[in-house]
Amino acid sequence: MTTRIDTRFAELKKAGRAAFVTFVMAGDPDPATSLEIIKALPKAGADVIELGMPFTDPMADGPSIQAAGLRALKAGMTLKKTLELVRGFRKDDNTTPIVLMGYYNPIYIYGVDKFLVDAKSAGIDGLIIVDLPPEEDDELCLPAMKAGLNFIRLATPTTDDKRLPAVLANTSGFVYYVSITGITGAAAADSTAVGEAVARIKRHTKLPVCVGFGIRTPETARSIASHANGAVVGTALVDALKNSLDADGHATGKTVNAVTELTAALAQGVKGAQQAAE
Amino acid sequence: MNVVKPNSYRSGPDERGHFGIFGGRFVAETLMPLILDLEKAYTEAKADPAFQIEMNGYLKNYVGRPSPLYFAERLTEHLGGAKIYLKREELNHTGSHKVNNVLGQIMLARRMGKKRIIAETGAGQHGVATATLCARFGLECIVYMGAVDVERQQPNVIRMEMLGATVVPVQSGTRTLKDAMNEALRDWVTNVHNTFYCIGTVAGPHPYPTLVRDFQSIIGNETKAQMQEIEGRLPDSLVACIGGGSNAMGLFHPFLDDSTVEIFGVEAAGHGLTQLHAASIAGGRPGVLHGNRTYLLMDADGQITDAHSISAGLDYPGIGPEHSWLHEIGRVNYLSATDDEALAAFQLLSKLEGIIPALEPAHAIAKVMELAPKRTKDHLMVVNLSGRGDKDVPQVGDILRGKSK
Repeated sequence: MTTRIDTRFAELKKAGRAAFVTFVMAGDPDPATSLEIIKALPKAGADVIELGMPFTDPMADGPSIQAAGLRALKAGMTLKKTLELVRGFRKDDNTTPIVLMGYYNPIYIYGVDKFLVDAKSAGIDGLIIVDLPPEEDDELCLPAMKAGLNFIRLATPTTDDKRLPAVLANTSGFVYYVSITGITGAAAADSTAVGEAVARIKRHTKLPVCVGFGIRTPETARSIASHANGAVVGTALVDALKNSLDADGHATGKTVNAVTELTAALAQGVKGAQQAAE
Repeated sequence: MNVVKPNSYRSGPDERGHFGIFGGRFVAETLMPLILDLEKAYTEAKADPAFQIEMNGYLKNYVGRPSPLYFAERLTEHLGGAKIYLKREELNHTGSHKVNNVLGQIMLARRMGKKRIIAETGAGQHGVATATLCARFGLECIVYMGAVDVERQQPNVIRMEMLGATVVPVQSGTRTLKDAMNEALRDWVTNVHNTFYCIGTVAGPHPYPTLVRDFQSIIGNETKAQMQEIEGRLPDSLVACIGGGSNAMGLFHPFLDDSTVEIFGVEAAGHGLTQLHAASIAGGRPGVLHGNRTYLLMDADGQITDAHSISAGLDYPGIGPEHSWLHEIGRVNYLSATDDEALAAFQLLSKLEGIIPALEPAHAIAKVMELAPKRTKDHLMVVNLSGRGDKDVPQVGDILRGKSK
C-alpha cells in the first residue's frame, strides 16, 4: 500500500532534495488558528506535516512543546478535534502527508480500532507514538499497518546495531532519527555525528531517514539535511507561535505569519542542502 | 472481563512485564536499551548469593531490620474487635519503608557502574531514602519534587539537602508527584550514559514494578515469621495504604497464596470520591502512563486529571500495575479513606499508642478503625505502619489549629 508519505519521498528523491518536516501542536493556540496554520504550511515550504496530539504528561518533550500542548488542551482540544482538524486540512490539500505524533494514552482511550478507522478516513498517513517501542508492537503498530497507516519509529543514539533491526522491523514511511539523547528543544545536534548515525541506519533499511530534535535555524537545517532524507523542526516553530501570542496566550494577527515566515526561512535552508550535497 | 484464577498469585509478571493486561514497557526508544540493561543486571544480581549477603548486612546494621511486629494493645481495646498488630516500618533508618527498595536499587546501580542517581518523590520519604544511601555510597543525587510538595513537606526538603542531594522543584503540570516523575524521566532520557533512575514505587516500566516489589517483600516475609513466632499462625487480615503501592505490595505479596488471609489496600479518597481524590482504582480506569498500563485518573479524552490527597505520598493519579491486576482478579480488596478520616486516625494512633504515623499510613489506620470492630477478638489484623509522621507535624498542626479556631 502506498501512502502520501511514500509518494512524497519518491518525488523528493527524484528532485534530489531532502524533505522539510514541520511539527506543530494540533489546536495550538486554538483550533481555528491551528487550522489556518497547517493550511499555510505547505505553501511556506513544508513537505510533511507532523501534528502533535496534545497530552497532559508528555514525558519526552521539553518546556516549549509541553506548554503548546497545555495551550491546546485549555482551548478545548481533544483527539476527536485533532482528527477534525485534519479533515479540514484535507478539503484543500490531498497530497501533503500528515503524521500524528504524541503519546499512546489518548488513542488507547479513544479505542485503537475506532481510532485507526477514523484517522484513515480523516486523511492521516502515519503515526509516531513516542511511548510505544517495538516491544509493544501488538498495541498499535501492527493494527496500524493493517489499516494502511505508516507507523514511523524513532531511532536514537542509544539504539545500537544489535537493536536496530528490531526497531526497523515494523517501521514504514520513514525512520525518525532522534539526533540527541534528550527531550525536544534541547541541545543542538552535531551534524558529523548525525551523518554517521544516518549512514549506520541506512545500512539496515531502504526507508528514508529524517532527523529531528535540536534543529532550530536554517543553517542547522541545511547541514542536517545534507546528511539525511529530511530535517524535522518543531520547538523553534512552536516558540515562534508562542512569541506572537498576546499576554493571555491568545492568537494575534501576527500568529499565522510568525509560523509561516520561519517555515519559509527553514525551508530555504533545507533546499540549500541539495546544492551543498551535489 | 473474563478473569481466570491463576494457580499462583505470585508468579507474575510474564517475560514482557505484564500482570494480566497491566504493566508493560511503554517508554521512549531512548530508554528501552537502559531498561533492558537493568533487567539483565537485576536477573544476574538475584542469582548472585554475594548480592543478597551484602544487602542483608546493610539491612540489619544500617537500616535496622527486622522492624518489630508490635501488638497495639490500646488501639485494639479501643476498637473492641480484631487484635491489631503494627508492622513498624516507621522505625527503619530514614523513617519509612522506602529505604528497603532504595538500598536494593543503589546496590544495583553500583553493580552497573552508574555514578549519578535520580529519583522522584512525593512526600519526600523516597527522596530522603535515596539521598541517604547516595551519601553513604558517595553517589551524586538529584531528586525531582513537585513545587507544591516542596512547600508542604519542607522538613524532608531540608533533610535531603543536608544529605548532599540537589532537590529540583518541578513547576510543570500540577506540580506534584506525577510531574516529578515526568521530569525524572526527562532527565533520564537526557543523561542515559551515567544515570540510574531509582523509582520509589511499584510502578513504571518493567522491570521496576517487579524489582521494587521484590525489595519490599522483606516486609511481608518478616511479618509472616514474626506472627508465627508470636501467635503460632498466619494473620487473618492485612491492611496497607496505597499511592503507587510499594509498602502495600511489600506486605501483601508473600501472603497472596495464603487463601485464608484477607487483604485490604487503602487508597486516598481526598475530599471524597465524588470530588477531588487520588483513588485510581475506585475512580479511574485502565490507561497508559509512566511506562505501564494501569488504573489511572483521567478524563474522557485520556488526559490525566489532577489527583488530590492531604498526603503528598498518595497524591498520584495512578497505582502500580500489579495492584490493578490483583484488583481485577479479586485477590485484594481496595478501599479508600478521605483526608478527614486520615486526620482522625493520625490523632487517634498518636494519643492511644504514642506513635505519630505519617499521613500515608494514617489512611490505613482509618480503615482499620472500620474493619477491626467488625471482626472477632481472635482475628489477627496486621497494618503496615509504613512511615513516621515527623514530616507531617507542621502541616497537621496548621490544619488542626485552623479547625479549632
